[in-house]
Amino acid sequence: MSTSWVVVAVVGLATIVFKAAGPVVVGRRELPQRVQSLVELLAPVMLTALVVTQTFGGDEELHVDARVVGVGAALVALRLRAHIVVAMVIAAATTALVRLAF
Amino acid sequence: METSGRPRIRDGVRAALPLAPSPILFGLSFGVLANASGFGAPAAIVMSATTFAGAAQFAAISVLGAGGTVTAAILAAVFLNARYAAISMTVASIFPGGPARRLVESQAIVDESWAISGRRGRFEWAILVGAGLLFYVLWVGSTAAGTLVGGVLENPNAIGLDAAFAALFLALALPYLRERRSREAAALAAAITLALTPFTPVGVPIVAASAACLIGLRR
Repeated sequence: MSTSWVVVAVVGLATIVFKAAGPVVVGRRELPQRVQSLVELLAPVMLTALVVTQTFGGDEELHVDARVVGVGAALVALRLRAHIVVAMVIAAATTALVRLAF
Repeated sequence: METSGRPRIRDGVRAALPLAPSPILFGLSFGVLANASGFGAPAAIVMSATTFAGAAQFAAISVLGAGGTVTAAILAAVFLNARYAAISMTVASIFPGGPARRLVESQAIVDESWAISGRRGRFEWAILVGAGLLFYVLWVGSTAAGTLVGGVLENPNAIGLDAAFAALFLALALPYLRERRSREAAALAAAITLALTPFTPVGVPIVAASAACLIGLRR
């Protein structure tokens, strides 16, 4: 429980600072080009790392299990323009079904 | 939306209404997943009210839920939200008033409100704040509603909660991957994560993967 609150406090504070950085701190200046190109890549990089750990991660081991099927189903749904939440439900349901079956 | 004259806050609210289902469904799932993964309902609601940025919030609870350390959870979320520093720069000049007012109103910046506010060719303060306000209320409210459901789930992974997280991050990553450099960085990040997972504690591979953005320095 207390770990949650530490995360809430630090992430909350950092995010407030990020959002205020332009309007409050920097005004009309722009980020240096090199910094900008790093920051722009952070979102796709972190999201991809999260996809990989949530799909294959475990207790210091790589697992290929029911989750792969679920995430694959979600990818198909997303390609067919399903809403994010629909894709999440499809992933969860597919994974649960595969777990039940094996 | 009015086509003539300066837009007002309520024009921003109106412009954001068609997107309302997203923060509602998204907030509900955050509440459900936060509670089911042991994050706790009060912390989830306060996080939605203070961080107010979906992907980072999901990242934090997924790292903690998988057994990662507090540091790993914090770094994953903070790295994800670093993009708001760049985003807030693009709208820095549209905020009126003194620093205190700008500090408060800048919190209305989320990906969606920012995108809507720039639709008419230049960024508009009233649209950004109005849209952000609507999303904020929906996001915090639906998080609270979601936590009521999440508590009753006994074994979240049996119902595929872990795969739901993966699908969420996949959906958020896909739009970025249309661009070549993002694709290269993402592929490198995936490789780093896969390579480190067998050898390092949960959460470390994600944080280490952030190094993949260094390819942005290449010309």
